[in-house]
Amino acid sequence: MQIPRARLTVNHMVHYQARLDATFAALADVTRRGVLEQLTRSDASITDLAQRFDMTLTGMKKHVSVLEQAGLVATEKIGRVRTCKLGQRRLEEEAAWIERHRQLWSARFDALDELVEHLKSKEKADAKRKRR
Amino acid sequence: MPNVKEGSPATTNRTTVERKSDLEMLVTRTFNAPVHIVFEAWSKPELFKQWWVPKSVGMTMVSCEMDIRTGGTYRIVFSHPDFDQPMTFFGTYTEVTPNKRLAWTNEESEQGAVTTVTFEEKAGKTLVTFHERYPTKEALDEALAGSAEGLPEQFAQLDELLAGSA
Repeated sequence: MQIPRARLTVNHMVHYQARLDATFAALADVTRRGVLEQLTRSDASITDLAQRFDMTLTGMKKHVSVLEQAGLVATEKIGRVRTCKLGQRRLEEEAAWIERHRQLWSARFDALDELVEHLKSKEKADAKRKRR
Repeated sequence: MPNVKEGSPATTNRTTVERKSDLEMLVTRTFNAPVHIVFEAWSKPELFKQWWVPKSVGMTMVSCEMDIRTGGTYRIVFSHPDFDQPMTFFGTYTEVTPNKRLAWTNEESEQGAVTTVTFEEKAGKTLVTFHERYPTKEALDEALAGSAEGLPEQFAQLDELLAGSA
């Protein structure tokens, strides 16, 4: 009973096709998914991330660079430290995800609201008839 | 009491959607009606059919079978002009407590969620909380955004990319 998602999906796929290519490639790696999860919690330097995921600085730099190219991560170098945080695209995608679901559920629940109002008046009318 | 105004459009309530965790989605909405009426709209197939698919989605609910009791099953078939084959959704009701709670599995895919809907009546209004828990974060990300139709193409492209970078 999941969401009947054809029309929404078609629109969405056309619009986001190019984005998804880069995103899918970036997310195809378990370390990179871990890095994104970590950055959801807090910003971190490349050194922090390398330590946490038990890999070399060079290895981590490569992963971060793939995520950065996909727009999922943004980095900023202050002095000798490069700090990583969630990229604009990641944030936009999260917002877009919520919005797509909100639209579907609003439409669905507006229809339920109408039906509920109808049932309510019907019940009242029936009760009235019984009282007569 | 015909002079009492109720349920005018001005009192329409808001629908909220949030991602409660990596695996969970939560949707809430209050309805201006007692719980037995709201629950009836969820648990009778002929009523459920009237609201579950928003018109804007362009889909048709071809059939809807619901054996509403704990351990009962459901089977719903949708069609869409863009699809060759109708889509079937099915699963089992793991809990049916009238006017309180409904829970069901989504068994058409291994990535299907477990859905729980709770109903709480307060001062003649009913708060509905729709909760889905997916087996993986990816499955939740894909809910709505992805589809069985789009994925093979995506995965083919991903294969190409990975092959190229190896």
